[in-house]
Amino acid sequence: MSVIQVNNISKHFGSLKAVDGLSFEVQAGQVFGFLGQNGSGKSTTIRMLLSLIHPTSGSIQIFGDSIASNRNKVLEEIGAIIERPDLYPYLSAKEHLQLFAKLRSKKITPSSIEDTLVKVGLQDRAKDKVHTFSLGMKQRLGIGIALLHNPSLIILDEPTNGLDPQGISDIRNLIQHLAKEEGKTILVSSHILSEIEQMASHILILHKGKKLADGPIQTLLDPNKMIVHLTTTNDEQAIQVILASSFSSYLLKRSAGIYLSIPHFEIPLLNQFLIQAGVGLINVESRNSLEDYFLQLTSNSN
Amino acid sequence: MKSIISFELYKIFRRPRTYIAFGAIAALILVIQFGLKVDGQSYAAFLMKDINDTLTVDGNVLNGYLICYILLQLLLVHVPLLVALIAADMISGEANLGTLRLLFSTPFTRTQWVLGKFIAASIYTIVLLIWLAILALFLSMWVFGTDDLFLMKSNYVVLIEQSDVLWRYVGAFVFASFSLLTVTSLGFLMSSIANNSIGPIVGTMSAIVFFTILSTLNIPLFSMIKPYLFTTHMNNWKEFFDIQVSDNNEAITGSILNVAKIKTSLIVLSTHIVLFVGTAVYITKKKDILS
Amino acid sequence: MIKKLFTIFALLFYSFSSFAQADPLIEKVSKKLALVNDYVGEGVMKTDVSFIKASLGKVKVYFKKPNLLKVKKDGGISLLPKGGVSLTINTLLNTKQYSTISAGTQVLNGKTLTVLKLIPTDENLDWVIATLWIDPVEALVYKTATTTKENGSYEITMQYGAYANYGLASKIIFSFNTKDYKLPNGITLEFGDDDAAAKQKALKNKKGTVEITFNNYVINKGVSNSMF
Repeated sequence: MSVIQVNNISKHFGSLKAVDGLSFEVQAGQVFGFLGQNGSGKSTTIRMLLSLIHPTSGSIQIFGDSIASNRNKVLEEIGAIIERPDLYPYLSAKEHLQLFAKLRSKKITPSSIEDTLVKVGLQDRAKDKVHTFSLGMKQRLGIGIALLHNPSLIILDEPTNGLDPQGISDIRNLIQHLAKEEGKTILVSSHILSEIEQMASHILILHKGKKLADGPIQTLLDPNKMIVHLTTTNDEQAIQVILASSFSSYLLKRSAGIYLSIPHFEIPLLNQFLIQAGVGLINVESRNSLEDYFLQLTSNSN
Repeated sequence: MKSIISFELYKIFRRPRTYIAFGAIAALILVIQFGLKVDGQSYAAFLMKDINDTLTVDGNVLNGYLICYILLQLLLVHVPLLVALIAADMISGEANLGTLRLLFSTPFTRTQWVLGKFIAASIYTIVLLIWLAILALFLSMWVFGTDDLFLMKSNYVVLIEQSDVLWRYVGAFVFASFSLLTVTSLGFLMSSIANNSIGPIVGTMSAIVFFTILSTLNIPLFSMIKPYLFTTHMNNWKEFFDIQVSDNNEAITGSILNVAKIKTSLIVLSTHIVLFVGTAVYITKKKDILS
Repeated sequence: MIKKLFTIFALLFYSFSSFAQADPLIEKVSKKLALVNDYVGEGVMKTDVSFIKASLGKVKVYFKKPNLLKVKKDGGISLLPKGGVSLTINTLLNTKQYSTISAGTQVLNGKTLTVLKLIPTDENLDWVIATLWIDPVEALVYKTATTTKENGSYEITMQYGAYANYGLASKIIFSFNTKDYKLPNGITLEFGDDDAAAKQKALKNKKGTVEITFNNYVINKGVSNSMF
């Protein structure tokens, strides 16, 4: 079942096309990774999903309902945090949950507020004012608010932004728990690719407002191709040589280092070719990860 | 809507800033009351200098009713600035804090949010006015006692019987609530435009000061626009304390000199409230929440 | 200060009763007034001053021989004409420091009244002349006009009813000249009141009067000194 269906949406801020003709679908139960560099249009898209920003064109359907015409019904089933965990500094964690509970039509009992505090690990700081919280604690409280009404769809925009390694790990565990144990559909955006790689089942890569790729991680990462990082005795000469050869189509444009997306069986040939050209090969490192895939796509797009 | 109002009221009354206005009003009133209690007779003597040339005034002139009138004259000019402190922060403050996107992604329309917030801010304004009434009227009545209201206006004196005073204060406070709600709605409008806290607060205060100056300047050029300025009408609560006289120059108990003026003012103020809030709703609805 | 005027008024008559003057009419008036040792008069007071808007108020007037007089409003603030503060008619009467001049007769409201002028013989007194309009038949004073050195002129007009036998009026009208009244806008905070001038204009050109209409007198039942 399609939970989110985005059809050709665009958002223009004056002459800037923040999102340009974007379409995608998120199915129930997926952890959908929304990838892109800063300014790629991730937050703008997420804000359009939450009707915080009005699309210039295109349509969005969530749970089969148009967000434009059935906004309130749709939002009742969504829990979200958007970028920074902005909260009221003069209120406590518990007060936040009690207050936001008022805004939901579902009955939220005091015990479910306590449960939420436990879920996000804030039970010991429930009565402390938010201005005493660390960024990680605020982020967890933000997630707590998003989970409070037990929504079917959870949208998390950069949830690990600014967190320490422990914080990142806590959030990752929580997302995995929500997906696996509670069967939630989760759309999570990040520019920290390794995080998404560890959490998401599906990804969408956004670059300068346009979709570069989307689909299950396994299919996107072509097992027949390897991304390799070469360390040579003379990188400049190596690049010149590669560009002049039949290997040039494998070369990924990078600011530093030599990266190639190359079928694994061609690696010995490449090695041989470089030696013949007078370039010594010091190291060949396989980087067949989502990050490399992402970099490959975005660099090619550049 | 009810949940939004209770949500907003909870926040308003948990914010330390909210109590600045209550504290400021209490401090001002208590200082003035103290001053008048200690040295009120010389103040009264100064006011009654002209009258004492012709007449002897016998009775408790400086009673709670007159003290309240003096306090309202002084405070109702400044309370709008305190109201602006909260009202002008209701939307932009949240935009600045980043919480506006949390609110606007809840299952309520923006119109509901703006109206809910406006109602909450209005409740705050009215609570502030009740606080003002408790201190300025009831505390003054308790400290200074009650008697007829001997009101020295610029060109004449109005003597209102004690039994004819209290309902006038009820009317004056109801009228003042319209004045202050106009300020609340102006603050709201400013708040819907900006994304920071300070701008709308300063903007609202500046607008009040600017229009008050235009309203008080007796320059023919400005006289043309004066009837349409909300600041011209904000102080017309005083009309409740002017009384009709019969052909025999007897004051008519229970009468108001210029009821039409009060009605016109209420219509002008209400129109401003509707326009300001309506525009705030329109702007907020159209707005992209980028903060 | 109405009580001062009352003092003038009441004591003037009291003096007639206590100290018989050469004029037989004053003697006749005095005799009538001598019947009253004290009284409490209940009435309604109306203040009619150009710059004052006041409603009718209930008052009580207390009098006790020889010179005690007090006007009390039944709760509330009373506005009484100021004047005759230093005019101690009692002294005048006690010392008979005035001479009487007959000024003929005058018709007032259909009544033919004898006009007598009192001129103080002591230069230190505050008043310079007093005129009395007396009904020679009823021995009632219908009008007095007093000119003081410092507080202007006052007229007191009387009407009589049920208590005429005691020489007590049913209505007393004090007329006096009012001075201008004006408070700066900076004090009253009445800025931008465009129709203020019009309001004042409507109130102008009225002479000040204070009227007391008595509906009841309690005579010679004793009045405590603490009332004054």
